[in-house]
Amino acid sequence: MIVTEKLSKTYGRVVAVDGLDLEVKPGEIFGFLGPNGAGKTTTIRMLTTLTRPTSGRASINGFDVVAQPLAAKREFGVVQQHLSLDRELTVWENLELTARLRHLGRKERQRCITEMLAYVELEEAAGRLVEELSGGMKRRVMLARALLHRPRVLFLDEPTVGLDAQTRRRLWALIRRLNSEGTTVFLTTHYIEEAEALCHRVGIMHRGKMIALGTPRRLRERVGLYTVEALWNGRDTRYTYFPDRSRAVAYSQGLPPEVKTVVVRESNLEDVFVELTGRKVGEEDDGFSYRSLA
Amino acid sequence: MDFLTVLWPDLLILRRRLARYLLTTLISPLLYLLAFGWGLGRGVNMGGTSYLEFVIPGIMAAAAMTASFNGAGTKLNVDRLFYKCFDELMMAPLSPWSIVLGKALIGVVRGLVTAAAFWLVAYLISSGFTPGIWFLMVIILSCFLFAFLGVLAAFLARSHEDMATFSTLFLLPMTFLGGTFFSLAGVPRGVRFVLYLLPLSHVTSTLRALALGWPFPWPSLAVMVALTVAFSLACLAAVRRSSV
Repeated sequence: MIVTEKLSKTYGRVVAVDGLDLEVKPGEIFGFLGPNGAGKTTTIRMLTTLTRPTSGRASINGFDVVAQPLAAKREFGVVQQHLSLDRELTVWENLELTARLRHLGRKERQRCITEMLAYVELEEAAGRLVEELSGGMKRRVMLARALLHRPRVLFLDEPTVGLDAQTRRRLWALIRRLNSEGTTVFLTTHYIEEAEALCHRVGIMHRGKMIALGTPRRLRERVGLYTVEALWNGRDTRYTYFPDRSRAVAYSQGLPPEVKTVVVRESNLEDVFVELTGRKVGEEDDGFSYRSLA
Repeated sequence: MDFLTVLWPDLLILRRRLARYLLTTLISPLLYLLAFGWGLGRGVNMGGTSYLEFVIPGIMAAAAMTASFNGAGTKLNVDRLFYKCFDELMMAPLSPWSIVLGKALIGVVRGLVTAAAFWLVAYLISSGFTPGIWFLMVIILSCFLFAFLGVLAAFLARSHEDMATFSTLFLLPMTFLGGTFFSLAGVPRGVRFVLYLLPLSHVTSTLRALALGWPFPWPSLAVMVALTVAFSLACLAAVRRSSV
């Protein structure tokens, strides 16, 4: 459904995406996990024809995004990271613009917009100007807009950034529902729980490269399914990984008195990222490294 | 006909804000008309015609220029760099030409609305100047010229300040030096050559000739057509460069 071969993008001497090879299967929810600046958004921009790749190839449902951009554009919908709605138009007008841009006929436009507003539960907001809506409502309008022409592929770039926990879970439910109806979803996120809750497979991005790829469980198995999180001397947190709980517990019980606090828990994708890169997903690149003791 | 779809939302916004738009867009040309045409120029004769009649086509050209440029460029610049809603157009299955033409057309519409409103006021306070079909055609052409320039500036600008800088460095000097308030025929040859490098000089010369029955400056019309084509092609290149 989505295929990239050695896809790269450079800005001057900065390599934003470096030789990305990827295949997302039909019906999959695929997630790109990584911190800001890892190359996630640049990848989506190349896949959605907004940015020309420096080298390599990418195709959506068989259509090359550079050689056949118009055909590729018909295959996908996009919810961008920023709120890219026209604030001076109403909700309905924003959706109608997209419907017209996608060449839907008058009756089909009415039907699709009505259906989509019901889908994202925004029927009563149809006549309101976008600038009057809350952040969560704007995000749902963007989702409705992306789905209006029933695309086979939906790109979601940090879809829940800035949203409260309740709105985030509501959006997750919508994404799962869409996927269960056959839409292939490609999302980027730097929220660990989002990647774990939604994605069938996750690619971990770091400094333009995909450094790991697999199901959330397979990625956790790479470092160990259980983590011992130990606070040494009240200030230095160290992580040690184990394949099963019993070994993790045994290790935690043998720690010296300098360790004041110990937590044994299931590993998550944050642990995978820390183990692979020495950094946390949500932190700035400040030169500080977390190291595993295992 | 995708360009009409691109134009559609901007028309909705213009219709919703028409009264406010007319008020703001007419302030400058009306002040020019009253200060220079009615006040300062009262009693001045320009080769057998009153200064008020002389200056009306010039101010109309300048007003249409400003309205077309800003009408096409300002919102596009904000939509592209700040709100990012222009990305929605770039990701839609449209040809680059549809995007360029649709975005330029809102500048043309705004320029024509401004020119029409200005003409109405000028008609009431002057001796009743009535533009003919050729005058209208040249106004439309000049609106396309400056609307394409506005679209081009919006694509080249890397910030909102860039747009303001462009207006200050190009539009403002053109308003005062492009033959709006004085005859270019009366300035020294070297200076005249420099002033004719400004697109507005050709628009003003052409409109004034049509309004006052002077010999028609065909070279100026040719320059306007050439610049319109050049700016539209530059817009097309800018759109193609900015995406796949």
